[in-house]
Amino acid sequence: MEAGFLQHGRFQALLDVLHGCGYRCIGPQVRDGAIVYDALSTCRELPQGVRDLQSAGSYRLERTSGLRYFGWANGLQALKPMVFAPEETLWRVQRADDGALRFSASRPSFANLAVIGVRACDLAALALLDRHFLGTAVADPCYAARRSGMFLVAVHCSDPSGSCFCASTGDGPQASGGFDLALSELDEGFIVETGSARGADTVAGLGLEPVTASQRDAAARQIDTARARQRRGLPSRDLRAALVSNPEHPRWEQVAQRCLACGNCTSVCPTCFCHAVCDSMELDGSAGAHARIWDSCFTAGHSQIHGLTVRPDTRTRYRQWLTHKLGSWHEQFGRSGCVGCGRCISWCPAGIDITEEAAAICSGSSDG
Amino acid sequence: MDDPLLPHEAEVAEYIRESAGIFTLRLRFRDPAVHAGYRFAPGQFNMLYLYGAGEVPISVVSDPLDDTLFDHTIRALGRVTRGFAQLRAADRLGIRGPYGRGWPLDQARGRDVVIITGGLGCAPAVSLINYIVRRREEFGRLVIMQGVKHADDLIWAERYRRWSQMAQTQVVVAADVGTPLWPWQVGHVTDFIGQAHIDARKTIVMMCGPEGMMRAAVGGLQAYGLPESAVWLSMERSMQCAVGRCGHCQIGGKFVCKDGPVFNYPQVRELLAVRGL
Repeated sequence: MEAGFLQHGRFQALLDVLHGCGYRCIGPQVRDGAIVYDALSTCRELPQGVRDLQSAGSYRLERTSGLRYFGWANGLQALKPMVFAPEETLWRVQRADDGALRFSASRPSFANLAVIGVRACDLAALALLDRHFLGTAVADPCYAARRSGMFLVAVHCSDPSGSCFCASTGDGPQASGGFDLALSELDEGFIVETGSARGADTVAGLGLEPVTASQRDAAARQIDTARARQRRGLPSRDLRAALVSNPEHPRWEQVAQRCLACGNCTSVCPTCFCHAVCDSMELDGSAGAHARIWDSCFTAGHSQIHGLTVRPDTRTRYRQWLTHKLGSWHEQFGRSGCVGCGRCISWCPAGIDITEEAAAICSGSSDG
Repeated sequence: MDDPLLPHEAEVAEYIRESAGIFTLRLRFRDPAVHAGYRFAPGQFNMLYLYGAGEVPISVVSDPLDDTLFDHTIRALGRVTRGFAQLRAADRLGIRGPYGRGWPLDQARGRDVVIITGGLGCAPAVSLINYIVRRREEFGRLVIMQGVKHADDLIWAERYRRWSQMAQTQVVVAADVGTPLWPWQVGHVTDFIGQAHIDARKTIVMMCGPEGMMRAAVGGLQAYGLPESAVWLSMERSMQCAVGRCGHCQIGGKFVCKDGPVFNYPQVRELLAVRGL
């Protein structure tokens, strides 16, 4: 619901309100030539006047003369590391002198995060992670602890990168739900929408101005432009049948020749959830810990059972990744696991493009 | 909050050496309330935690109605299972479970049952055989087909001999490589499906073992005109969380740990047909 207009110069007031409500604000910032999420105390830390140039195997930032905070597409990570930590202890165990074992659950320390500048693709990915970690009889306690209380400030995307294809997956550029607040950034300020009661409470005291018709038009136009500017796309939102019927397509071997199996794609993917467990023990043997750590289906260990690596080569591992992401995800979660953020394209050191590979395999022709 | 990943402390009540490298841990939970509340079905598995080393998924092989202890038969193969081999009575470990979907015993009642297993002491099938043998009158003909790579790999040879002497029961054991005094068949166990005299109208088949063996078995069963829906199989994949979250056990869209490990053959027919899935 439209709440009003916030002048660009008053953006700090929104951060102050969130800080005042006890949230720890997280926002996009430039670090080492890329946009990352980090603790945000003032709006001066935001990537103002920055745009991102992304393409297959390439991510570059460039200064612009603009004053917008969110005139770029996305950084290397979505919300995934904030809810599903790259490494976290699940439980600890203590051993008494008589050998008795006492297990105790470990929980992340509680911090209500307010994340500023969340993209539509990231929200769609978060909804998928929610289904995976929370959507069964017993929720994942660590994920639940991180997720609960998270306040999300979306910013509709006005400047998609060369890698983006959220229009074809139906997940962007406009955030359609799952946020507390959503902002349309115009040169002079922000149209503020509320998506939850606490979102509405947060902006109630901000003294928002009425939105003018021309501001509304400008916001709608830039969404249309953002959609139209996207050059990449998946052939269809449901590629299950085409992928399942082509397990021996020669393209799998061709892409395997280029793929380094480095796992960059699975690390930056906002929906990849695979993780391994890792056990450790104190040096004196009195206590141990059981942790999980992000894993990737591109490693040999991922499919190892005794005496056998089920997926022995990059061909079968790439096939697993793509057919899971675009195919079997439908069976598991009722939709594709790809939200069109384009990160796997930009951050692939070999410049492999998921949309190209999917199109080649699903077209059925052997040389793509 | 109920923690799906937190083990409960258990202790070894008895350690049974089955053969070189294979042993059975007879266990009980230390907390009597946890023990009293523990229920499992044949074909389900527990996650067993060895202090400081890690967790492994292992089938429960004891009888589900035995509420005194529950048993795991384990082959010492890896870092964790070799550690379990060193445990002795009163030693502690962590257990969480049971997980997964077990064998379709309700559907099997009153029907002929064919159990085909390959590999060494295939634990999911052992629990099944024990279950049926203890309730023999509830089931029709029982055919037990066990394949091993080498004749020396067969554990519980005495049990197979005993089972073969029961009424209405046929046992076929085959070793890829035999020995001079090997009393059973030599060859792939699936080569002998023709000898099982299966009545396609009233038989249910349950199998467990390498996927190549199960593919071959399905081929052999088709000659009897057995409907595919009468075939059930237990799949194996890496399992690290057992609750469908870590992603390792996926085969196609299935999470073996929670959608399986026992599947009806039509559910996995296309998946079994592709190598390296």
